[in-house]
Amino acid sequence: MKINLGPLARSNLVIASTFAVALALSLIPWPHWALAFKPDWAGLIVIYWVIALPNRVGLASAWFVGLMQDVFYGALLGQYALAKLIMALIALRFYLRIRVTPPWQQAIAVLGILLIGQLVVLWINHLLDKPSIGLAYWSPSLVGAVFWPWVFVILRDIRRRGQVR
Amino acid sequence: MIPNQGSPVRASTLALRFIFFVALSILLMAGDRDGTGLRQLRSFFAVLGQPIVTLAELPARLGGALSRSLKSANDLQHRYDELERTHQQMMFRLQRLEALENENTRLLALLDSARRVTDRAMVAGLVAVSQESFARTIIINKGTGDGVYVGQPVLDAYGIMGQITSTNIMNSHVTLITDPSHAIPAQLSRTGLRIVAFGTGDDASLEIRFLTPGTDIKAGDLVISSGMGGRFPPRYPVARVLVVNHNPNEAFLHVTAKPVARVNHNREVLLVWPGKTKDALIAPSTSIPAPQGETKPTSPQEPQTP
Repeated sequence: MKINLGPLARSNLVIASTFAVALALSLIPWPHWALAFKPDWAGLIVIYWVIALPNRVGLASAWFVGLMQDVFYGALLGQYALAKLIMALIALRFYLRIRVTPPWQQAIAVLGILLIGQLVVLWINHLLDKPSIGLAYWSPSLVGAVFWPWVFVILRDIRRRGQVR
Repeated sequence: MIPNQGSPVRASTLALRFIFFVALSILLMAGDRDGTGLRQLRSFFAVLGQPIVTLAELPARLGGALSRSLKSANDLQHRYDELERTHQQMMFRLQRLEALENENTRLLALLDSARRVTDRAMVAGLVAVSQESFARTIIINKGTGDGVYVGQPVLDAYGIMGQITSTNIMNSHVTLITDPSHAIPAQLSRTGLRIVAFGTGDDASLEIRFLTPGTDIKAGDLVISSGMGGRFPPRYPVARVLVVNHNPNEAFLHVTAKPVARVNHNREVLLVWPGKTKDALIAPSTSIPAPQGETKPTSPQEPQTP
């Protein structure tokens, strides 16, 4: 059954699907010992789409994805939304420069953005008097940066196949 | 990727839009500060995001189905035998339970206390685990549509796991006793000493704080819920004391206890409605008059569970 969607609607659908998959991935129960290494899937995917299609995926989309994260994690509403917003802002500011470097070098920029996102969440947790953990807190960003080249290739593939504009 | 010129209109409104969303975020955070303010909004988005939760459940469901279909007849037979053995052991111990319960009721009645009733329970499935590092919360697949309420105790077959901290129609969030923000009023089963067990973010240990050196507590002691505060029904197992340390430089003992509930490994949990059997509500308290010539022993009232 071929559904005839206009290119705009289809692009939005593809992008929304990747966000949905990212959020679902972040919810799946991981084994206890692997919990520290769970990357911020939603963050990685937001960064990719902002770099690839800054006119399509921008502040509003990133903010909304962050809001959904707040709902799913049971975090304070607006906490992850703000973090994603700031991450998107930085990505928007530097997307031209990030694009021209090879993926493994991009990973360094991605690491920076992910760390800043985690920092925002940490600050708000501090304000809420939530306990902090120490160095292990930052490992998801490291893992995320390591995964970046694969995420980049997979999403680029999806973008090209789905003719996302 | 084709390089894209940033259009000038976009750039100039970027700052404005950023400030707008920052303000919106701060507004939401302020409104949600007490945890219940924006419950409707949160509920709305949770229902909206239900497909994603279902998606997250998928691998576990498929894996379960797959492993079930792949289990050899031999494995199944072993498992069956093992379950039958366990069942027999349980039934044996259960034989005495009814008699003990009745005796206990009679003894409590002698002390002028309300009769303890069994709690109604319902099974719920684990859907997802919170990703926030060191927050220990899980999502289960029962919500207000099933009668779940905020503050409801959550157990597994072995002991207390936590309590419901937010709900929507279809799912609920459970904060586990191992969450750093959670503290459960408890007591030592052996001595009756009232204590509080705090979560630390570590799945294998709770901390019992503010005990002065010289307190009668040792490794192996069973920690049970005390029912204080009315949130958790009393006398359910919580943890077993692991280590009691006294650092002479500190004013209090450093006591860690291991939760008895399998907080990490459960796929299913039990939701409990304290004090409500399937058919009846709390029974009135009974008291037996003292025999002639003797004085009735005085005793403190048992804490009532709501």
